[in-house]
Amino acid sequence: MASSDGNKNTEPWGGFDDNIIQGTGSAVIDMENMDDTSGSSFEDMGEMHQRMKEEEEVAEEAEATEEETGEDGEFLGMKGIKGQLGRQVADEVWQAGKRQASKAFNLYANIDILRPYFDVEPMQVRNRLIESMIPIRIIHFPQKIAGELYGPMMLVFTLVAILLHGMKTSGTVIREGTLMGTAIGTCFGYWLGVSSFIYFLAYLCNAQITMLQTLSLLGYGLFGHCVVLFVTYNVHFHSLFYILWLVVGGLSTLRMVAALISRTVGPTPRLVLCGTLGALHMLFLLYLHFAYHKIVEGILDTLEGPNMPPIQRVARDLPVVATAAMNAVNATVKTLGVILQSQ
Amino acid sequence: STMHVPTAAPKPNIFAGLSDVSISGDIPVEGEINVPVGTPIQDKEYSTLDEPVKDTILRDLKAVGKKFVHVMYPKKSSALLRDWDLWGPLLLCVTLALMLQGGSVNSKEDGGPQFAEVFVIIWFGSVIITLNSKLLGGTISFFQSLCVLGYCIMPLTVAMVVCRLVLLGGSWRFSFIVRLIVVTASFSWSTFASTAFLADYQPPNRKALVVYPVFLFYFVIGWMILTV
Repeated sequence: MASSDGNKNTEPWGGFDDNIIQGTGSAVIDMENMDDTSGSSFEDMGEMHQRMKEEEEVAEEAEATEEETGEDGEFLGMKGIKGQLGRQVADEVWQAGKRQASKAFNLYANIDILRPYFDVEPMQVRNRLIESMIPIRIIHFPQKIAGELYGPMMLVFTLVAILLHGMKTSGTVIREGTLMGTAIGTCFGYWLGVSSFIYFLAYLCNAQITMLQTLSLLGYGLFGHCVVLFVTYNVHFHSLFYILWLVVGGLSTLRMVAALISRTVGPTPRLVLCGTLGALHMLFLLYLHFAYHKIVEGILDTLEGPNMPPIQRVARDLPVVATAAMNAVNATVKTLGVILQSQ
Repeated sequence: STMHVPTAAPKPNIFAGLSDVSISGDIPVEGEINVPVGTPIQDKEYSTLDEPVKDTILRDLKAVGKKFVHVMYPKKSSALLRDWDLWGPLLLCVTLALMLQGGSVNSKEDGGPQFAEVFVIIWFGSVIITLNSKLLGGTISFFQSLCVLGYCIMPLTVAMVVCRLVLLGGSWRFSFIVRLIVVTASFSWSTFASTAFLADYQPPNRKALVVYPVFLFYFVIGWMILTV
């Protein structure tokens, strides 16, 4: 039985000491997750017991090898790395490495870091969705912005689904890449990129807002986009889109702008920050409508047509000039090849 | 018979006295004993290593088939979760991706990305849903959730086959309505089946938060099937 806590080594050269490997495994102490049993004495007891058993096995193995090679003198125990000693060294190295790797993994790849931002109830999400369309006029003291990531993430994914629907029904053809990749890239790029940019501007303009709050604010602002795009991808009237763009887009922009104004001091910083955010938000909706949904005017006409299906992928027409140029290039290359071959 | 009782005196190694504890047989002892399940599984693996390959494959296929049956008739059973495996989801995913790819009318440019699209959507979407349910306080493990979500794609694969057959004949308008109905039915079946398995492992007031991404996931897959 080991006499003291730290000395569990059975190697003559004094193996890897457990005291070197420090740290409790987590830098974030989250008191809510007390169902994690890593601190309980029962789990520790089991782990210590297992480790003591391992040490005993290693000790038995060491004794057995010493008995085998004992007659030839202890110098034979150092019979190169291929001997029993080498194997035990490799084993110790592996155990120590594994323990360190698992501790590092628990420290950095712990999704518990994000857990507080997903702590919401369905009622709260619903209320926040509705509130994102209602601008609040209080600008003399900071408005409360919820720091939550579930709602924004779900809204981004919903936007991706709506974009996909829009692209498919309009027959958009993406040449370099996939439809899904484009949709995901656009939506996530907007959410993360513009949030970071607004946070950077807020830092420059001395606004009291954290990165989490910009992510959350912008994410909930996408609710208006989702509604507008869902309606206008199915009902193809230009004027309806412009009205919805102004009204719905405008309301959600005003909500975000009011929240930012309440946290900024001074007319110029306010103007810069809110102007940028408003412009980007409204222009994004415009871009999404026109770039990802080429309104095929013929769809409305062909609903009565005999053979044309209402939903069909329509290829874009290559410009005539490009086709002619390609043909010319092909012809010259062919003639060159023939000339070279005949020589 | 003697009984050694660990003394209350503080020791540097509190586990030193534990090995001396022995309790005589006729004194009832309360409490639970948890045996770490390391050794029995190892024995099982060693014993199945020598069997012919055909047995292994047949056993795995039977397990996969049993899970398919569970998905088709979703009752509240834990068999799908206890012995999770990812063969079924892989099979379904590849079948779906191949069939969706072969259905595109246009040139090779549209055929290629579609296989990768479907593959990435299914696996990436499942990972996101699993992470989301874990972050919301779910007690299900990562691979169990992947297993459930993958197996519940089966109604959509069946719908894909039916759509393919319906497209072969019949008028276009009629076939579109039939396909719409079939895809809608199978997508709601998938959502219902996966929530039947997953919802038990969530805190009760947050079930809606977990169901919505699952709904979105199967909706996207259903939409891809319908518009191919």
